Amino acid sequence: MCGIAGLFLKTPSLEAQLGSMMSGMLAVLSERGPDSAGFAIYGSGTRDLVKLTLRLLPVPDIEAAVISAARTLDLKIPSFHANHAVISVPQGRLQAVKDFIRESTILQGTEIVGSGTRMELYKDVGLPAAVAKRFGLEHMSGTHAIGHTRMATESAVTTKGAHPFSTGLDQCLVHNGSLSNHNGVRRGLQREGLSFETDNDSEVAAGYLTWRIREGASLEDALKLSLKDLDGFYTFVVATESGFAVLRDPVACKPALVAETEHYVAFGTEYRALANLPGIAAAKVFEPEPATVYAWKRN
Amino acid sequence: MPTVDLAETKLRDLNSALHKLPHDTNETRWIVANPGGKHAIACGVSLPITVEIEGHVGYYCAGMNSAATVVIRGNAGVGVAENMMSGQVRVTGDASQAAGATGNGGLLVIEGNASARCGISMKGIDIVVKGSIGAMSAFMAQSGNLVVLGDAGEALGDSIYEARLFVRGSVASLGADCIEKQMNQQDRAELNAVLARAEISGVSADDFKLYGSARRLYHFHVDNADAY
Repeated sequence: MCGIAGLFLKTPSLEAQLGSMMSGMLAVLSERGPDSAGFAIYGSGTRDLVKLTLRLLPVPDIEAAVISAARTLDLKIPSFHANHAVISVPQGRLQAVKDFIRESTILQGTEIVGSGTRMELYKDVGLPAAVAKRFGLEHMSGTHAIGHTRMATESAVTTKGAHPFSTGLDQCLVHNGSLSNHNGVRRGLQREGLSFETDNDSEVAAGYLTWRIREGASLEDALKLSLKDLDGFYTFVVATESGFAVLRDPVACKPALVAETEHYVAFGTEYRALANLPGIAAAKVFEPEPATVYAWKRN
Repeated sequence: MPTVDLAETKLRDLNSALHKLPHDTNETRWIVANPGGKHAIACGVSLPITVEIEGHVGYYCAGMNSAATVVIRGNAGVGVAENMMSGQVRVTGDASQAAGATGNGGLLVIEGNASARCGISMKGIDIVVKGSIGAMSAFMAQSGNLVVLGDAGEALGDSIYEARLFVRGSVASLGADCIEKQMNQQDRAELNAVLARAEISGVSADDFKLYGSARRLYHFHVDNADAY
């Protein structure tokens, strides 16, 4: 099953409400995915600083250890949202900081779930409304966000298996469906130098797009190419620093709806998820066609 | 005239009230406000009442309908009028996948477009779509009429039995064992009757092409023709 919610603002008028809109959508989609939930939100940021979203193990004094690590690395004090921390790192020192986090004994078990100049990424097991509340989503603002409520089919109910999956800077993907050739595609991508955190099929789709974009494709073209290379059933919603896109498999196995107004583009697995958005009564509501890429970009 | 606001009333209470109506009820016109995309609204209504829904509905709206007239002023989710037995369902907007699936009778009118698998396994229902229909429509359709004023997507009528498919626009491709057929007097009369029941005027039966079964895929025997 699974549920997907996506919001892409075309004007700044609703930026302060982005988190509360997304939080409402995820709560409605609980019935499609009560196992776990997650979201990526694109808020403020600067080009030279990368925000690393870290997931911390539930061990005593872990926050103090993160703060101490930040001091050691001469970085600003991170912000904490439940068991996640967001730490800003200058672009040039990104790899060094990542290596430090992975090798640090006091930060053992800390996972880097996402990195981006504007993207922050939160996910956890539990009912979607509870997960959104835990991270304080309703108080977050930004330009776009994608979220997911998961009913696990292809891998276990773990935080690692929750969506979104991020395999590149400011890139993330949510998926409803299941892929049948992900093991083969994963091996191919590993040969291209990509690494994967899980055995999850959706992470492979994210990695595939990261690879295509790395090789020079636009988000739209990367998705068009995925039609040929990814087999299975899927609805993907993908976000980048300035882009937002939707793709359904050629037989449109999984439900999908888009609502567009002058202020936003909203994606929902079901209309119920869109029903409470501001101005929805006047929105243009449509089902994305199968095997057709829909993409929007911010200027 | 009862008005039920689904922002305040539970869906189950609405459906249960519709199911409990006595046969001689005077409450023959129901208005449903704020449907909010909820699933299974006005399912299984079995009296000749009218239910008017003011907005978009979720899955299986008016499923198993018999005798009632259900009007949806908005879009409908997956499986609108699924397994309808009789009566009429009208969608003023678009319908999602599997509209009218397995319908035994009655009339489903979609004023916008319908997505994939429209009329899948239809068994006697008449479906009229003013716009276009998606891929795999009328898959394994057994009987009834599917009338499309716009275009049809890929694999129309795949593995079809004895349903009749009238399409005014283009057909992306025909499914296995579905062929274009010569329209005879009876087909034309039936098409005109369905259009009239759907209250569609200004459309000529001559503009449609008829598609149906080549009867090579299933064991058709001419002695059983009356059963369809």
